[in-house]
Amino acid sequence: MFIPSDNSPPSFKDFTLVMPAVAVGNVGQLAVDLIVSTLNMKRVGYIHTDCLIPMAGNNPYATCKEDAKALHTPAEVYTAPELKLAVFQIRAPIIQAKSKKFRQMVVSWIKASKFSRTIILSSSHAYQRDDRQLEGTTLRFLVTPSLLKTSADALKELGWKEMERVSAFPGLTDANTEPRLCIPGGGITKGLYQDSCLEGLSLAVLLLFCSEGDNIPDAFTLVNHLNDWLHLLDNPGQESSKWKIPTSWSLLFGSGIPPALF
Amino acid sequence: MATFFGEVLSAYSRAVEEEEDDLDENEEDEQIREELARKREVHLHWSSEVSESLKTGNKLQCTDFILAVGDNAAGFLSVYFLSSEKWDEVGHASLWNERSRSVTGQSSEESACVFYRHKDNPSVLICLVLQYIAEDQLFQWTTKVFDCLQHRELTLTVLSDSSVAEYKTADYLCSSSAPFLRSLHTSTFSGQLVCQSLEQPNIVTGLPAAVLNHCQVHQIAAVVYQCYSDVIGPDTVTMETYQRALTKTGKFVQLFSSPSTDVLRKFIKTTDIQSNLYI
Repeated sequence: MFIPSDNSPPSFKDFTLVMPAVAVGNVGQLAVDLIVSTLNMKRVGYIHTDCLIPMAGNNPYATCKEDAKALHTPAEVYTAPELKLAVFQIRAPIIQAKSKKFRQMVVSWIKASKFSRTIILSSSHAYQRDDRQLEGTTLRFLVTPSLLKTSADALKELGWKEMERVSAFPGLTDANTEPRLCIPGGGITKGLYQDSCLEGLSLAVLLLFCSEGDNIPDAFTLVNHLNDWLHLLDNPGQESSKWKIPTSWSLLFGSGIPPALF
Repeated sequence: MATFFGEVLSAYSRAVEEEEDDLDENEEDEQIREELARKREVHLHWSSEVSESLKTGNKLQCTDFILAVGDNAAGFLSVYFLSSEKWDEVGHASLWNERSRSVTGQSSEESACVFYRHKDNPSVLICLVLQYIAEDQLFQWTTKVFDCLQHRELTLTVLSDSSVAEYKTADYLCSSSAPFLRSLHTSTFSGQLVCQSLEQPNIVTGLPAAVLNHCQVHQIAAVVYQCYSDVIGPDTVTMETYQRALTKTGKFVQLFSSPSTDVLRKFIKTTDIQSNLYI
């Protein structure tokens, strides 16, 4: 359920929505953090739902002491009206039994808000790639038929690689089994994509094969890839230095070291 | 996961399971799932007086709601508040999850989450939570409890236990600094804060986070005081840390009672038993 943070509900008509899928290495979520923090986006509301594990903290994008004390929740919506961009950040894992309900809620919210297109940032286990996927770039994309109608030229120009369908039983040639879409470790990505195809939503998935660990470089790769399409930041080529790392990324590997060690 | 210095950190895998195909879901699966969901429901049991007024549509009149989560927080309220015997038990919450004991432990389950109201000052409600509430039950617990309370002029204060091992800071914490308090409040909270605000990247999870989220989106004034302690199990030093959170504002001073030694002893005794590993 979307709840606006101000009394006046925001209008998302013709906005582009960017949202992460909670997936391997949290790459999508990290990439979305970079977008919100770099573009200085404003929080316009919360998605209040029982499908996410509750968490709360102070402002993850604080730039000075004054704006540090502001409560933030596990699912929030940010906008940059001048770019016609909205971002839906998810900060907590989805409760396993409720992932279907969450997907349905997201799809109906996207429909009701009349976004012009939705882009899911996601990731998939690098170790489960098949032979074709091992070569070349680690980035893949998927688009629903309705987005393909409007963005086919733009996508062709970008020269991106589409996510391969894999056979259900590798090594066996059976004419009866159709190759299927498989996104291991991608969380709700596949479900959301399939739901959007059925509902006729304009949706794209950008994903990256990765392993768990320090996924900050992966987040930069994915957000730069998205920038090639959306042009959120100008000056291509020097983008990685232009993205602003939020304060909440500090101490990812634990607290300070006891001085007595040295 | 082991760090460079060989400490072992408990980091659960962030990878997510591949979803099961929805097509495979049959009626029987769905039935089992529904039954499980029903079993995990949270139930509130109010005293006859309260449930009567709830039935007629009058919500619980409450301006101050103090919620204590964890052994020390609940211990603090028991020792400093409840021992004055000026409190009425008005209800309790019951729930079942994977960490609940079997049916034989029914009595302990009933005392695991109890609501009390002050006799002279009925607008003050306190709740002691000593049981584990599973991740999928937190939202439900919060919605059900807040549905029974009237929201106007309501201020929620949450006291919550946490381990100092979960606190992240760039400086090394020396052992003498614990226990200490950190606060986190909703945007509508305008009261005085008695300690430092919780610094990023630290976060609050569990029941305190669930109630804070609810209060933030419903514009209820709420503050969480998280106490980071280095002692496992209840101890008096940690309990006294909470005293600062409630007395500094002067708001609850009249509700305080001097700690009864009997109650205090009860808490310390339980710790003693736990630590007698080699006897």
